[in-house]
Amino acid sequence: MTDLTSLTLAEARKGLAAKTFTSLELTDAHLNAIEAARVLNAFVMETPDRARDMAKTVDEKIAKGEGGPLAGIPLGIKDLFATKGVRTTACSKILGNFVPTYESTITSQLWRDGAVMLGKLNNDEFAMGSANETSCFGPVGNPWRRDGSNTTLVPGGSSGGSASAVAALLCMGATATDTGGSIRQPAAFTATVGIKPTYGRCSRWGIVAFASSLDQAGPIARSVRDSAMLLRSMAGHDPKDTTSVDMPVPDYEAAIGKSVKGIKIGIPKEYRLDGMPAEIEKLWSEGAAWLKAAGAELVEVSLPHTKYALPAYYIVAPAEASSNLARYDGVRYGLREQGRNINELYENTRAEGFGAEVRRRIMIGTYVLSAGYYDAYYLRAQKVRTLIKKDFEDCFAQGVDAILTPATPSAAFGIGEKGGADPVEMYLNDIFTVTVNMAGLPGIAVPAGKDAQGLPLGLQLIGRPFDEETLFSLGEVIEQAAGRFTPARWW
Amino acid sequence: MSVDAATVRRIAHLARIAVSEGEVPHLQGELNAMLAFVEQLSEVNVEGVEPMTSVTPMQMKKRQDVVNDGGIADDIVANAPATEGHFFLVPKVVE
Repeated sequence: MTDLTSLTLAEARKGLAAKTFTSLELTDAHLNAIEAARVLNAFVMETPDRARDMAKTVDEKIAKGEGGPLAGIPLGIKDLFATKGVRTTACSKILGNFVPTYESTITSQLWRDGAVMLGKLNNDEFAMGSANETSCFGPVGNPWRRDGSNTTLVPGGSSGGSASAVAALLCMGATATDTGGSIRQPAAFTATVGIKPTYGRCSRWGIVAFASSLDQAGPIARSVRDSAMLLRSMAGHDPKDTTSVDMPVPDYEAAIGKSVKGIKIGIPKEYRLDGMPAEIEKLWSEGAAWLKAAGAELVEVSLPHTKYALPAYYIVAPAEASSNLARYDGVRYGLREQGRNINELYENTRAEGFGAEVRRRIMIGTYVLSAGYYDAYYLRAQKVRTLIKKDFEDCFAQGVDAILTPATPSAAFGIGEKGGADPVEMYLNDIFTVTVNMAGLPGIAVPAGKDAQGLPLGLQLIGRPFDEETLFSLGEVIEQAAGRFTPARWW
Repeated sequence: MSVDAATVRRIAHLARIAVSEGEVPHLQGELNAMLAFVEQLSEVNVEGVEPMTSVTPMQMKKRQDVVNDGGIADDIVANAPATEGHFFLVPKVVE
């Protein structure tokens, strides 16, 4: 039998249905792979007993013909999702040993559909980071290395554990979240597929909040089809999240293989940055050529406020974070550091519990919301956000169906290589992805090639609100043309 | 705009994060790097532009004003660092 971990989710579904193997066998194969890959630090908590119990239960259901759409499929869960009875920390010391007494809506839908939980995945602390280096559990290794090099690279972030685990064949898919690029950038760094759906498509209930007007969950998987299967189970209306939309969830998988003939693809000229590596420029043209060959129509478009998206994001996101993270007070849950009075208790707890990046963002957020600065910073940033969204609306109004861009301005880099002296250096990683969060649109990152050092690079497709289906159709064209990429095992 | 050391201390207090004197210059540098980065927004003409309040056009959903959950006090205090019965314990607040 071939190694069960190398199957795609779609292939495993077939094998389970045909009873070629059981979910327990599939789950055990992944648990063994996780154990052998601890050096990657992708999992912060392994739940083998729970995984085997879930697999046995679902095997019985499959035998009776009652398996759901994800019956028996082993998944990893980003540690930002509350899982009942299983420690959930957002990879922050401040949550300590927090064990939720409830389950996030998204994970409960995955279990409803028969998926099996292998464990909790590493991420940047409170999803604040682009390299998975701010986690209190330490950095995650990227299964990809430069040709002929032993240097461990970052898997991107904040969903670094999710991307690394999926790329290293430790799980068949993973949940992730994206506030400024945290699904798409790690997907691009690891040759996996990541989709951030439209704001409101997935419930945020039970996900540790970072910036509520930007946060949206989505899957990371090894193929476009796999990501479509996962999104179908994750999406849907939830009365517990007032920003979740009450719209039917399409069968996203049906969009795979659909003709893209006549679809109008915008190529935004503002994404052609000075000093952009020639390899990324080339990959972008190649992607456009593949879509053209499949019958899509290419048109140059302009998104004039692109360069202001990142600075506006670094006002809006920290502002919302400073408000959301006010709840970590050392009283209701998590870490507590004593003080002589209640204020000292708060201040000592938060100084001890939050890492440097989180403290920095809370402080910036507090500053831009403080009396006398609110109009100059926060209100102005929200106006710029309106303009960024209008850029996209103008494009779509001209008949553009989707926009093609590079996913990241570079391939993966080494641990500790970026952002040491100036935090802004790290922030620039999200330059192509952050506009999408600011405008609430769906965006997918699909592996499209490798750079000269053998590292994966991805392309991003941005769609109209709630038109994830077109992104899956177009993503499939890129996947068919570029092929799929698997790292050579070194761990 | 940039922040001075006194502003860093004031922000830290507003954010309820203890900051030692030794950390102030470093934090001041980092906050000023971020403020310098966002400074470019001042060149955008935002005259007459509405600030964004909702990224997807939607009607605010309203719920019936009824009790639909409860009786879970055990769950609510389950993760608290210090409790007595169903109460959170804190240092004395009212003199």
